[in-house]
Amino acid sequence: MSRLRLSCAMLCLLGVSAAQDIRVPNSPVVGEEASISVSGSGKATFYLFGPGTAHKADVNLGEEIDLQPNDLRRAGEYFAVICSGECHSASFYVAAAKPASLTFLVHPSRVPVAQGNAVSGVAIPFDQFRNLVLAPETINFQLTSGNASLLSRPVRTRDGIAWFRTASGKSAGAVQVVASLNDLSTRRALQQVASDPCNLRITGQRTAKGILVQTDPVHDCAGNPVPDGTIVTFTATAGSEKSTVDAPIKQDVARAQIIASGPAVISAASGVVMGNELRVGAR
Amino acid sequence: MKIALPIILVAVTAGLILLALTGAGNARGTVGIAGGSAVYGLTSKSTTPQQALNNLLVEVQRRHWDRAYDMLSKTSASDKQAFIQDWVGSNGSLRSFSSLEGFDPRPLHITDDQADMRVRLHWTTPVGPIEDVRDIHLVREGDVWKAVWPKFEIATVPAEVIPVTYLRWDLVSGGADDQWGSKNVDAPHVRIISMNAVDTAEGAVVMGEVVNEDTIPAFVNVNATLVDGAGNAIDDETSFDKIDHVLLPKQVTPYRIDFPTVNLKKVKNVRMDVKAALVPASADPVIGVMDQKLETDAQGKMVLHGALLNQSGQTVNIPHVIASFYDNSGKVVWVSDGYVDRALLPQSSEPFAVEIPKSLSATVHNFHVVVNQYSLGRS
Repeated sequence: MSRLRLSCAMLCLLGVSAAQDIRVPNSPVVGEEASISVSGSGKATFYLFGPGTAHKADVNLGEEIDLQPNDLRRAGEYFAVICSGECHSASFYVAAAKPASLTFLVHPSRVPVAQGNAVSGVAIPFDQFRNLVLAPETINFQLTSGNASLLSRPVRTRDGIAWFRTASGKSAGAVQVVASLNDLSTRRALQQVASDPCNLRITGQRTAKGILVQTDPVHDCAGNPVPDGTIVTFTATAGSEKSTVDAPIKQDVARAQIIASGPAVISAASGVVMGNELRVGAR
Repeated sequence: MKIALPIILVAVTAGLILLALTGAGNARGTVGIAGGSAVYGLTSKSTTPQQALNNLLVEVQRRHWDRAYDMLSKTSASDKQAFIQDWVGSNGSLRSFSSLEGFDPRPLHITDDQADMRVRLHWTTPVGPIEDVRDIHLVREGDVWKAVWPKFEIATVPAEVIPVTYLRWDLVSGGADDQWGSKNVDAPHVRIISMNAVDTAEGAVVMGEVVNEDTIPAFVNVNATLVDGAGNAIDDETSFDKIDHVLLPKQVTPYRIDFPTVNLKKVKNVRMDVKAALVPASADPVIGVMDQKLETDAQGKMVLHGALLNQSGQTVNIPHVIASFYDNSGKVVWVSDGYVDRALLPQSSEPFAVEIPKSLSATVHNFHVVVNQYSLGRS
């Protein structure tokens, strides 16, 4: 914008003759026709500078200068300059049109259940020419999991942006997040996943090959099954010897075969969560 | 004078050729230098245990298997095929991509007709130089010494069907024309759960452990920047191969970052940075780490011994063991790693050993081993 002002100032400084009165449009909107009137008579050169726009035309003073919708496609401050001997300028602000699309960002795409302020969303309305709509609008944010509504909150945009922040729900699964503005709506999905395992418990028994040890069904503290593939580390300590197996959970249970013939103490851990200890006697 | 100079030059040249043909065979093998005769068929006679071992290893280096096998005692338990496989590896193992660069033998015990030699073998491998120590028994048969090669079991597995039912994660990336924000998938959430920086004779070492806290696999790399008192970066390194890069959900890996030329006294601060990316992965194969035990080996070094047990139905070509060692307060005091040079066949086990610095032998109270694996033809 400062470049525009500089260009306009340079043009005006070059001017040397009689003054004209420029009347710019009042509250113009992008994509709409507008007109500029200039007093006086005779020929003049008209310049229009705006965001991403530079336009030059020969005009007759005293006649209306029509601006086509394509001349005002970008919202922002425009400068009209008339040069006929000397140059005169006037500025006007072109506002964005009504919202035509809604850009919606939701973070994160995966979130553990029951986490405070873990989910955030930002909605930004744009008009049909992709101008940010700065005029305050009310955007409704809705979070639903299955048929249950987790959140419904209207938020006024401020400087063209509306946002929310909320806690994650208690059930693992997909969550639909919708931002709507009048008849516009944008849908996003995020995945609520189980949190850290809770009450990790193991059982074991001797087999011909050694000790078969397995967890009880692994759930988080809200009762959600921990996803398959999550690693449970089994550790068997027999005297000064130790054996470990990193086994993935499959259908809620992790299993491992540990080779040990003597008495052993077996423990389990998943990430930073420890389970119970199990003592298995000698074969 | 005109005739004397050419005669001297010819005599010196002949002398040098003779020295090369005979002298090298008696030379002691050293790192990076092949001993033995320079000319095929002119191997010197094995009249001493050192010479016998030297000649044998030179033929092994040259992969002259017939000649090498002929240098073994008739009492050897190994057949020719097993002897060759002992040296060249199989099943795409690290050994099969390695070559014997040099050797360093020394006698342990020698009598008139029996000898025990210890040889340090220096291998060049795709993952860097690797040292191996072997004790070899030699006997005198007539006027020559020969090595008694122990029986080498060629790993075989019985024909069987092993159902693989573990998870696999695939990655589907959106197209370039997707709307902004419509298909973003966050990078996995990983966390450094411990960090320790120590000074060693080789330089500063930063080590610790990282956990994947997410529900999807992560490709992880840890960077460390050493910063001096003025806030300037002294050095910047990554964990390179001293980490298990692919972490499944809730899996923990040790990491170690070496700064070979830096003294920790100059360091005021260490900036840690862990990078995680989405990656396709499989929960298979599962490798158990059995019979882990801290022991002092024959050379007086403290080592962690154990055996890797492949509980899946797939060959692991190059197993890589990374171990973290803790003091009695649970702090990571060392991270050590080692490659196993033999492939891990389905349902079979292979021994491993990783070394701990002598200075830490009294400090180490506990340890945790993870197994990184490289399988040919798999991502």
